[in-house]
Order: sequence, then C-alpha cells, then structure tokens
Amino acid sequence: MTSDGVVIIGAGQAGFQVAASLRMEGYAGPITLIGDEPNLPYQRPPLSKGFIAGKQEIEATALRPFAFYATHRIDLLTGVKVTEIDRVSRRVVLASGRAIPYHALVLAVGARNRTLPVKGAELDGVCYLRTDAEAVDIRQRLEQARDVAVIGGGFIGLELAAAARTLGKSVRVLEVQSRLMPRVVSPILSDFYRDVHSSHGVHVSLGVVLSEIAGHKGKVIEVVLSDGSVYPADLILVGIGVVPNMELAHDAGLGVSNGIVVNEKLETEDETVYAIGDCADHPNPFANPSAGGRVRIESVQNAVDQAKCIAAAIVGRAENYRAVPWFWTDQFDIKLQMAGLSGGSAHVVKRGEPESRKFSVFYFRDGQLAAVDSVNRPGDHLSARKLIGAGIAITPEQAADPNVDLKALGH
Amino acid sequence: MSLFGKKQTETASVTYISDAGETHQVAVPIGDSVMEGAIKNGIDGIVAECGGACQCATCHVYVDEAFLGLLKPIQEDEDEMLNTTASERRPNSRLSCQIPVTKELDGLIVRTPPTQQ
Repeated sequence: MTSDGVVIIGAGQAGFQVAASLRMEGYAGPITLIGDEPNLPYQRPPLSKGFIAGKQEIEATALRPFAFYATHRIDLLTGVKVTEIDRVSRRVVLASGRAIPYHALVLAVGARNRTLPVKGAELDGVCYLRTDAEAVDIRQRLEQARDVAVIGGGFIGLELAAAARTLGKSVRVLEVQSRLMPRVVSPILSDFYRDVHSSHGVHVSLGVVLSEIAGHKGKVIEVVLSDGSVYPADLILVGIGVVPNMELAHDAGLGVSNGIVVNEKLETEDETVYAIGDCADHPNPFANPSAGGRVRIESVQNAVDQAKCIAAAIVGRAENYRAVPWFWTDQFDIKLQMAGLSGGSAHVVKRGEPESRKFSVFYFRDGQLAAVDSVNRPGDHLSARKLIGAGIAITPEQAADPNVDLKALGH
Repeated sequence: MSLFGKKQTETASVTYISDAGETHQVAVPIGDSVMEGAIKNGIDGIVAECGGACQCATCHVYVDEAFLGLLKPIQEDEDEMLNTTASERRPNSRLSCQIPVTKELDGLIVRTPPTQQ
C-alpha cells in the first residue's frame, strides 16, 4: 500500500464528517483535513442562533475536542491555505509550498458571503456572519448597539434579527423582495414570519432597496433607501446569500457552474476528486426535474449526508447520493423544520392554521409531494421526511386533513 | 480537555456505558447537556450530528432507571425524534442533547445503543 491517503480541503461540517465517517468505515490510510480557519472544526448553525442570543459559548460549537483528531489519526491542519490542486501527480500544494499526495481528494470548500455592493459598505459596523470570529465580533458589537439594521430577510438575517431583538435592540429588517424568505418558502410562511417578527417589535420593511450606508468618522450611522427614507443604524448585519468557493476547482480544470459540478456519486469529472456540501452543484433526486434537477444546498443535512456518501464510496461502497434534504431555523420561540425541496411546486396546501402557531405547508410538484414546511409540528416534519424519501403517494386533500394519520401513511 | 481557557465550574458525574460494556465516568459542567459531556470527552457512542438541536436522533441513550424520574419530561419534538432512532426505542430512551446536567443528576448513568445511524 502507498502512503497516499485521503486529502480533504475544507474543515467545516462536511469536511469534518468525511474524516470521521472514513474512520467509522474502517478506512486505515492517512487522512489530512485542511482548513483555512484557525480553530478546531465547529458547527455554524448555533452562530446565528444560541450563540448570538447569549445562550451558548463559542467553545461549545466545536464539533469534537482537540484530542479526537489524534485519537482517530486525522491530520488536522488549521489556518492553512491550499494554493493548488495538481491532478496529474495527485497532490495538493499548500501556501507553505508543502505538497500532500492523495488517492482521493475531497473538496468541501464551502461558500463565502455575498457582499453589499453599495456606497458605505466598507464602514465600521457593517458585519457579515459565517465564521466563529465574525459571530464573536457581532455579539460584542451587539452589547453596545442601539439600532440594528438587518439587510436581507432570509434565514440568517431573520435569525440574527430575532436574536438582536431578544437582546432588547431596536431592529429593522430590510428585504428587497415583497416577502420574507422568498427563495424557499411559500407566501403563507412569509406572512406568518412577518407577523411573528412584528409582534416581537421587529420592524419589517419589504420591497425596499438599500441605496447607501451613511457614516460618520468611519462608523455607520444610518441606512438610506432608494425611496429616500432614512433609518438610524449603529450596527448593520448583512445576510444576502453566499457565493460558492470554486476557484481552486476551476484552476484545476474542473467544471464549475452554480458550484463545483459533480455527478450523482458526487464525483467531479475527475473520479478521484469529489465535491460536497455548500460548494457542490449536484444532481438531487428531490430537486425540480423541470429545472434540470441540479441544486447546491447550504445545510447541515446536506453536508453530513454527502460526506457519509463519499466516505462509503472511498472504502468501496459507491452509491448514488439520495438523502432527503431537511433544514431547520429557530426564530424567537418558533421552530421551522423543512423537508424536501419545494422548487417548482405549483400547488400548496395547509395542515393546521397559522393562528395556532402549529401548522405545516405541503408543496406539490406535478401532483407529487415535493416538500413540507412545519412550524412547531415535529411529527409532520418527520413523517414528511419518510413520505418524500420513499416517494409515498399522498394527495393534497389527505395532507390538508388533520384526521389523516401521516405516520400511518409513511409505514 | 479543552483548548479554551474555561473558568472553574461546578460539575456532576456522568457515567457512559457503551453497548460493548466500556465505561467512561466524566465530570460534566452543570448546565451542559449529557450529549455535550460525551462529545467533549471523546465518547464515540454519541454522534450528535445536528449539534444538539433535536433535529437528528444520533445522541440516543438509555437512561438508568434510577434516574429516569429525575429528568425533565420528554417534549413533543424529542418524542417524535425518538421514533426514528437507529437502535430500538425503549421506555428509558432519551436524546442526550435534551438532558441538561443538574446537581440532582450527579452520578447519572446512561448506556449508549449499539448504533446511532
């Protein structure tokens, strides 16, 4: 056996899971896990939830303690940048010049935040959230802040808005679309969440365009909208989506599109190179086939399940990736759980009423159940994972009828 | 062991027994969950894929009967999640991320199932 092992670029949730799953699968070769951030691999979801709200400390986000990596013979390189993938000689080259050979290479390189393209975006007090360091910075700034403007009414923006409001700040959410979370949820949920945030005292401005951030002595003081309205803000939290990190793959001659392009086995066009997690543009059996059936998904579930899929492949059990997508978001005391992918769903029915704060929305695409979003209804969510995963037929009438037992249908 | 300088905190003893009978007794800070106690101490029988959000069922444990009555009752989301565990659900099944360690739980014994996934 050669000393070439598995090299994983990216030490986020996906990269970490590949290393952990390889050892669980009994892989005995060298594993090198390379991350460009300085700390131990950690979970990102709590950063915009429990951590910002002050309910959790930053060290509690570590996926595993330091000792785990030595115990499992995982060579963890933190704060290290990869500069090149040499596919001909199968090595990755680090910024230091060191080269590490591989027989399988995993690109779990993630994504980075899209930045605001407006005047004043460089001012002190304009913050983005992706890393633990950014979360710590935002939490510290929140202690002093009075007026918080959140740019973007998506998951991250709304979670941050809820956390800031819970800390007693004056909070205004600015969303360019006419409703909240417009990319992923139905208007029923958008309206519900607008009401939830409003009832907690968050100001929600929809259909508004930020034109400028005004500052004084280098610090933000207000946001200016295209309709001329001006709101004071001493802290601006930006959550306007991400851009996948594709440069390394592109430079190595691999195909990129809405991410690093992979097939149903999560292999790039070079079968020794995989791409998984936030950066992977992959065919997904639950995606809208009319839109090409390909997606890039930013979630823990996607990161973990894709990691397990390729860890199994590396030890000789290659299978197509076909895990049901699921996701959750916590805002105030409300948990939204999502199963499936709703893209392309023309028919939507409710089960339960939003007023009760316990309801689900079922999305049908070409007559088939495509996705279910559940608010405080964990039973519906878990049934949905099963129904969607197994492709069990259910009609919109059954979905909307609270007397129909979803669990029984799933068996 | 922690990389981060942690201030002195009160702890309670928790014993984790694997399906193979391997025993780990650790001091878990009051307020941490039984899941966190396992993860921070390198106990492999608990996986905790979702990080303690009650979104997966990979921190499943069987709680020693003597301590069952001292736990906070199961909430709806944990109850639903427990129906999806990889190893069989028993009357003493709990998700360890939903058990905050308290002084009263000092000496707690949990057994990890044969598999979490």
